[in-house]
Amino acid sequence: MSQTYLFKRTEGLQDAPTSFCPGCGHGILLRLVAELVWELGLRGRTVGVAPVGCAVTAYDYWNFDVTEAAHGRAPAVATGIKRVHPDRLVFTYQGDGDLAAIGTAEIVHAANRGENLTTVFVNNAVYGMTRGQMAPTTMLGQKTTTTAAGRDPRQHGYPLRVCEMLAGLDGVVYLERLALSDPASVRRIKAAIRKGFECQLSGQGFSLIEVLSPCPVNWNLSPVDSLTYVREVMSPVFPPGVIKDRTCQKPAPGV
Amino acid sequence: MKDFIEGSDAVARAVALCRPGVISAYPITPQTHIVEFLASMVADGKLKSQFINVESEHSAASLVLGASAAGERVFSASSSQGLILMSEVLFNIAGMRMPVVLACVNRALSAPINIWNDQQDSMAVRDSGWIQLYAETGQECGDLIFQAYRLAESPEVRVPVMVCLDGYLLSHGLEVVDVPEAAEVDKFLPPYRPTEKLDPAVPMTFGPLAGPDYYLEIRHDLHAAMRGALKLIPSIAADFSRQFGRNSGGLVEAYRLEDAELAIVAAGSVCGTIKEAIDALRQEGVKAGLLRLVTYRPFPEEAVSAALAGVGRVAVLDKAISLGATGPIYADLATALVRGKHQARVNGYIAGLGGRDITIETIREIFTRLSGEEVSAGFVGLKG
Repeated sequence: MSQTYLFKRTEGLQDAPTSFCPGCGHGILLRLVAELVWELGLRGRTVGVAPVGCAVTAYDYWNFDVTEAAHGRAPAVATGIKRVHPDRLVFTYQGDGDLAAIGTAEIVHAANRGENLTTVFVNNAVYGMTRGQMAPTTMLGQKTTTTAAGRDPRQHGYPLRVCEMLAGLDGVVYLERLALSDPASVRRIKAAIRKGFECQLSGQGFSLIEVLSPCPVNWNLSPVDSLTYVREVMSPVFPPGVIKDRTCQKPAPGV
Repeated sequence: MKDFIEGSDAVARAVALCRPGVISAYPITPQTHIVEFLASMVADGKLKSQFINVESEHSAASLVLGASAAGERVFSASSSQGLILMSEVLFNIAGMRMPVVLACVNRALSAPINIWNDQQDSMAVRDSGWIQLYAETGQECGDLIFQAYRLAESPEVRVPVMVCLDGYLLSHGLEVVDVPEAAEVDKFLPPYRPTEKLDPAVPMTFGPLAGPDYYLEIRHDLHAAMRGALKLIPSIAADFSRQFGRNSGGLVEAYRLEDAELAIVAAGSVCGTIKEAIDALRQEGVKAGLLRLVTYRPFPEEAVSAALAGVGRVAVLDKAISLGATGPIYADLATALVRGKHQARVNGYIAGLGGRDITIETIREIFTRLSGEEVSAGFVGLKG
């Protein structure tokens, strides 16, 4: 009797149990990256750079080469790899604690140099790994373990909009923000990451895909309510959409 | 008041009782609880202090440097990679003679990434000009904070102090801790009144360029202040003991050393395990003892040398290594014993890196190996 698989693990992922909390967005996003590496036929040509934070053990899941970087320094490490191996797909996968806090300088300067890299930026508005302290991306009024009374802009400043900050840099080719809030959004996110990878493969330059991603445990919400939170609370502060797109169909000159 | 709390809580409550005006830190495992406890106290109005979230440890250290220069009592805490990221600023804080107190929750360094305990992080910044104190128990975690502020702010010292506590073992381990009343702490620790601070009425520059003509003298002054602290540390510990009725801090602690033939030298929470092992060995007729280093920088050469007089064989247990050489405590201890004209045979052992358990059996193994091969950096418990 023949069997029909409706759903199975992509070969881009190893057969490993996940360490993520129930309802976390990382499982979906790591899988999308893995699917794309296989679908684009880039097995053996891909190098990922993992962050410090919840996705620190990405190499336990992805079935391709991954290197670790010091906290926030993934774009600099990726620059080193890509300059040595310009024919590889080199990307960073970073959370908001890694990219928008400790590593702000590295992402700004990799983008400003126009490095031919792709960054998948997972924004869940808290430091997840250390269990829910305020991040620069935390919502105003959001209660965290270091803002017990809620984030107060007079004390803690405002949510940092990374895409808008990078949009003004001439080295940046493609920036898109998406909200991981329902099944349809998963497909849109995959398409956006694919576009980022293709932007790099055609030598066009720096791209970053920001995903607003649920963190039920540190938000103290159920997984379902977290998806609503992404849609109704995070999305107005971090408006989804294409922030910048200077990609062209043809490869850039000289590539 | 006695309470059953973790070492992180003991640190946070002690810091709150010292009432720093500014606290800044970046969360890192396993230091995070200290930061969270302090943030909660500020949010609940129990601690009148500015708690400032910043984007990295480098910024946290820089921020408390600025606040200290402006004349405030300050606090920060870090661990492992965070402490190493701070290291540029740690040298600045010491060089500018800012009496900053920082809790280092000891954790291994990358790579490979490892979140468990050893003492490589604080040992790696031992030359930064910070006094380093190592706690053995949850009680001492808090007690050393009070003594650290008193020491750092003493006009004759004015050097930053790092209170080191072993990650998880102390930071997350629950113990009965006696938390003193505020009035008691106020009697022990006077309000901070800096003799020099940034004040437009009395213009002053901190950390200006110093060329070959004076840099040497400024470094000498810092070294002399550190050496001077060797006199003050025991007197502060004695004051503490008189007021609070328990012994904490000081330069070293000698445990069953009076008639010891064999001794281990170590720092931190592992000393509790060593004491248990020694009690067992003593019952078996082995004359073993422990010299616990509470103060590692400045290195208490004379106290170490005096405490180990008459001990024939000394094992140094380092939970860190200066790769390609020896454990850091071994190197300092061997120097001290040579200068003290000791005849003792000194072996160095490396154990517990990256959180590998050090049990009573590990300590027994070290005592056994002490009678065998001479080693300066013998790894204990190494898998084949």
